[in-house]
Amino acid sequence: MSNSQALKKSVLWDWLTTVDHKKIGIMYLVAGAFFFVLGGLEAMIIRAQLMFPELNIVSAQAFNELITMHGTTMIFLAAMPLLFGFMNFIVPLQIGARDVAFPFLNSLGFWLFLFGGILLNLSWFFGGAPDAGWTAYVPLSSAEYAGTGLDYYVLGLQISGAGTLIGGINFLVTIITMRAPGMTMMKMPLFTWSSFVSSALILFAFPALTVGLFLLMFERLFGANYFIVEAGGNVVIWQHLFWIFGHPEVYILILPAFGIFSEVLSTFSKKRLFGYSAMVFATLIIGFLGFMVWAHHMFTVGMGPVANAIFAVATMAIAVPTGIKIFNWLFTLWGGRIKFTTANLFALGFIPSFVLGGVTGVMLATSAANYQFHDTYFVVAHFHYVIIGGVVFGLFAGTFYWWPKIFGYMLNETLGKWFFWLFFIGFHLTFFVQHFLGLMGMPRRVASYLDGQGLNDLNFISTIGAFFMAVAFVILLVNIFVARNDKAVADPWDGRTLEWATPTPVPEYNFAQTPVARELDALWYEKMQGNKKLPVAEPLGEIHMPNGSILPIIMSLGLFIASFGFIYATYWVSVIGLGLTLGCMVVRSVKEDHGYHIPVEEIKQDKEVG
Amino acid sequence: MEPKLNTNQPQVNLSKKEKIKLEREMRHQIITFVVMIFFTALAFMSVASDLIPASFAVPFILILAVIQVILQLYYFMHLKDKDHEWPNAFMLSGIVIIIPMVAALMLLLGVVKY
Repeated sequence: MSNSQALKKSVLWDWLTTVDHKKIGIMYLVAGAFFFVLGGLEAMIIRAQLMFPELNIVSAQAFNELITMHGTTMIFLAAMPLLFGFMNFIVPLQIGARDVAFPFLNSLGFWLFLFGGILLNLSWFFGGAPDAGWTAYVPLSSAEYAGTGLDYYVLGLQISGAGTLIGGINFLVTIITMRAPGMTMMKMPLFTWSSFVSSALILFAFPALTVGLFLLMFERLFGANYFIVEAGGNVVIWQHLFWIFGHPEVYILILPAFGIFSEVLSTFSKKRLFGYSAMVFATLIIGFLGFMVWAHHMFTVGMGPVANAIFAVATMAIAVPTGIKIFNWLFTLWGGRIKFTTANLFALGFIPSFVLGGVTGVMLATSAANYQFHDTYFVVAHFHYVIIGGVVFGLFAGTFYWWPKIFGYMLNETLGKWFFWLFFIGFHLTFFVQHFLGLMGMPRRVASYLDGQGLNDLNFISTIGAFFMAVAFVILLVNIFVARNDKAVADPWDGRTLEWATPTPVPEYNFAQTPVARELDALWYEKMQGNKKLPVAEPLGEIHMPNGSILPIIMSLGLFIASFGFIYATYWVSVIGLGLTLGCMVVRSVKEDHGYHIPVEEIKQDKEVG
Repeated sequence: MEPKLNTNQPQVNLSKKEKIKLEREMRHQIITFVVMIFFTALAFMSVASDLIPASFAVPFILILAVIQVILQLYYFMHLKDKDHEWPNAFMLSGIVIIIPMVAALMLLLGVVKY
């Protein structure tokens, strides 16, 4: 037993080197929350600027930077990492696994995301943030019109995108290969299913972004030409590449949120999910159709009526599987013993909010009408309805639902309900009126508007709503702080899935003995059979664990440094950075690391305590 | 308790059935290899000689290439074997997604609008 004992490390070193999926999950949540606050502050400045006509709180240039960074931050650095945090923590527990398939890559994925996010945000301090919108359409984002901010955008997203791709592949392999005995694909909890489909979308969609960003990077930094029309390029190539990635991306966000709602609604209705197999297939179909509709973002580009019609019909087809899901959630609630916890309130609030967003989605898909809606506040209202009403509500539902398992204490329900109602009202106040602003003709991404155009009242209402959401979020932060002494039991919600079978706090190895899943909602099935414990697949034995490693953080740092070299055309810096990354890869490949074993006595000790 | 790798591999005694299976596998690999060499030669010949008109040579070579890719994936990279359902599923979904996407892109980025 040469290195059976993990070396006792300082707390900081432990977190920097950890490959434990639970700790990485928590780091994703913390980093994601940080960027969420950042994006939220940007949103507040945007709304403050638009509160009254012709305000000049920030300059038009700063406004462009704010909207760009708000969108980019919220999508890539807040929503995705927060979902990845839940996926990291919960999916291995739900499938009865001890960790993800590649713990080292999991850590690498996190650090790449974090360094990419930091790089992107450093642009604020070095010559201004990117200002071409989160879609970064050329020629706005070309070297001719955009400053170094766009270089930060390109390289920051490239690095964090690589991290996301690594994470997605990791989840696919984990879910395919590491399910507990008895858990067939059709017995997996729906959050695991939707994480799986979402990871598959990452696998197929992110390469398009990578290619697009590389083209833009080569054009901006090395004088290549793909998009410059005068030189025979085509700006529409960027739009296609971006949306081939961009449309699946929004499903990458919403599908795990759908999974969270499925778990929450079924737990708090005390019923198994209605139409489980229909839910699974609806998820798969949404995932597939997500790749066939990208051009509906480009109806006004001039693709021609046939192409527009095809993409319009394909887009409307997505309403069918989504409708199946909505009805299944309603039928799950039907006749259930519904508990109105904060998590469930968010799930219940999600259903009408998301339907509203879905309906405006079908309206936007009508390609003829789209000429009217395109680039107005109607679009802004639509995507905030699906992303806040869907993804953010899902994140908050997940926060209240899984908080006891992840952080070991219960969030306060009274404060939680205040949070929900303020946020819910604020959200609808902010974005419902924006539909009408859009229909009145207010274009999106404008830094201000003139008085006397009938836009004043609705913009004012919208801003008030935004303040409601900000106050609500502060209440959540207060809640996290004041509730910290309310210790949670292992299974506070009378849960149905395997994560609630683990003790709280979850031991490093998750399950002392790998469980057997005999049914869908494995834990609930055993509860109904009168079994106190899950059946196990193996005798109590020592557990093989992976060693932590500092390499992922150094590899990510290498790419971070290299990016600065590229941005400022000082290539020796890039060489040093890339050398650092490659060097770490060599070290990782050459050095043998077989991990360590946790002895049986220690597991037995844990069991007595837990 | 360190697991030692690559030491004292036990001698494997194959049953008759397994031996036949291995031989068949070997035969398949060799046949595929020969076929692929033949296809490659065919591709070169179709360009080098003037037997096939140029307008047909391009689709002809592409067809040969597609067949070679299939042989490569299924025989050399074992996609046809048992326990390869997941790689198959993902390869297929990738292809199903990519084909209409590339076709649409070629049409949409072309000069003619539809």
